[in-house]
Amino acid sequence: MTSTAYARPQLGLARRALGRVGLVVGAVVAVGLVWTGYKAMGAATGGVWPGTSRPLPVPTDDTTLPPFLGILRRFGEPQRTGDPIPLWQYLVDASFFTFREAVVGVLAGIVIGLALAVLMLRSRWLERGLLPWIIVSQTVPLIALAPVVVAWGNQLPFGYWQAWMSVAVIATYLTFFPVTVNALRGLMSPGRLPLELMRSYAASDRATLLKLRFPASVPYLIPALKLAATASVVGAIVGEISAGLRGGLGRLIIDYAQQYLTDPERLYCAVIAAGVLGILFVGLIDLLDRVLTRGRPRETT
Amino acid sequence: MTAAISVTGVDMVFNPGRRNEVTALTGIDLAVADGELVSLIGPSGCGKSTLLRLVGDLETPTNGSIEVNGKSARQARLDHDYGMAFQSAGLFDWRTVSANVELPLELLGWETARRRERSRELLQLVHLEDFAGHRPWELSGGMQQRVAIARALAMKPGILLMDEPFGALDEMTREHMQTELVRIKAETGATVVFVTHSVPEAVFLSNRVVVMSPRPGRIANVVDVALGERGDATRVDDRFFAAVTAVRSALRGSAAPMATAPGMEVAVE
Repeated sequence: MTSTAYARPQLGLARRALGRVGLVVGAVVAVGLVWTGYKAMGAATGGVWPGTSRPLPVPTDDTTLPPFLGILRRFGEPQRTGDPIPLWQYLVDASFFTFREAVVGVLAGIVIGLALAVLMLRSRWLERGLLPWIIVSQTVPLIALAPVVVAWGNQLPFGYWQAWMSVAVIATYLTFFPVTVNALRGLMSPGRLPLELMRSYAASDRATLLKLRFPASVPYLIPALKLAATASVVGAIVGEISAGLRGGLGRLIIDYAQQYLTDPERLYCAVIAAGVLGILFVGLIDLLDRVLTRGRPRETT
Repeated sequence: MTAAISVTGVDMVFNPGRRNEVTALTGIDLAVADGELVSLIGPSGCGKSTLLRLVGDLETPTNGSIEVNGKSARQARLDHDYGMAFQSAGLFDWRTVSANVELPLELLGWETARRRERSRELLQLVHLEDFAGHRPWELSGGMQQRVAIARALAMKPGILLMDEPFGALDEMTREHMQTELVRIKAETGATVVFVTHSVPEAVFLSNRVVVMSPRPGRIANVVDVALGERGDATRVDDRFFAAVTAVRSALRGSAAPMATAPGMEVAVE
């Protein structure tokens, strides 16, 4: 038990939340300062490093690098002129649309990943047979796969299949992998002693799985879920673009990118929205972690 | 007294026919009476843990037979006749102390209320009733080991198999745990097979001490210990020291097995 540290002293929930908010505001201010400072430097020197004739890596004109406050202000302005609804509302709606795909992608990834891990746990033969294919599956580029999935989805006989579900399948393709690999490691983590203990109780394989192997795998699954959550957001956005699906962040990003020259701030806003979505999703997994590992020794990092 | 455990002509060979073949045990005959406490002692590699594991059906012997309560070791395990405790407690981190003790009962399908009640009794038995809601990692090593023993007793097993359960404890805790084990055994009437490295521990606990010798593992000697009821006074009793000396010389004899007549019994009274 020497490697086990005790939990950090618990700050009040409100104080911790306040600390988080402060951190986020601080980070935004810091990025804003660097961004604005870089632009100011470029404007002062005419686009070269001060005291040299070497050009800056990124030009500092307002099209390539729109003013920082302009980007923030853009959230409150209409999506296009004459539209009464501000941009942020479009982004929030699109984020929810993409979030739904990503959540379904993660949930399906968990189910498939755990099922594969349990299968491979049951037989070394299956593990040797399946694992290489699972690894190969991850080398197939998503943009090659996405149109195929969408085409298959459209041909499914049942009427309730919708295009966003195909996108969720594409996201699942990215999420099941980290879950499978880490779940297998976690399921195999109990040593000889706890396994023999279960054997001495004449516990069935199922009971050993439920009472020992699954609980033991939780600390392995949490990092996998964080990976899966971010991968799922990326998968959903790329999937939307490949499927040509309207309603999500993917389509907005494509639209805004095409009109970048006339309205560069808008694309930055969409990218920020995608980032925030990813962070919120990982935060959700963090919350799940706290619930699942309540009362376990925490490693101090 | 009937034999709770009888081991007849047991050989144990690991990796037979391969280059790393090891004969762990050869020609083991041992009978443990109902309610008896027998210690297995000997140098590292003498196969004492292997013998315990064979009795508990964690390994299957290469030759010979093991009968427990008149049935095979496997059947005895399936019938939940065993409680086992090992050198490390092996508690589940994600369960409270009480839930750890309840684990075997949960597997038997006991109802929650009945489990709680039994767990409370057992934690009282090992004097940890105030720690039911704690997590294992909040407890000291000795306390964890006591939880493991409570867990081993949960199913009211007729037979306790213990593999150096106090090996990792400091001397004070160790003596305390030995006294506790003697008391628990008296209260439950269990048959105990106890593997240890420590001669005084073996003598203090046991009705008989089985002295084993290595390469290949076999029983070199069996020392009867007749000390009557054990208590703290036992530890300073002359007869206790005499028995310790007898086991010591049996152990030394086992290092050069030719010097001792095989199967010789050293009775101490």
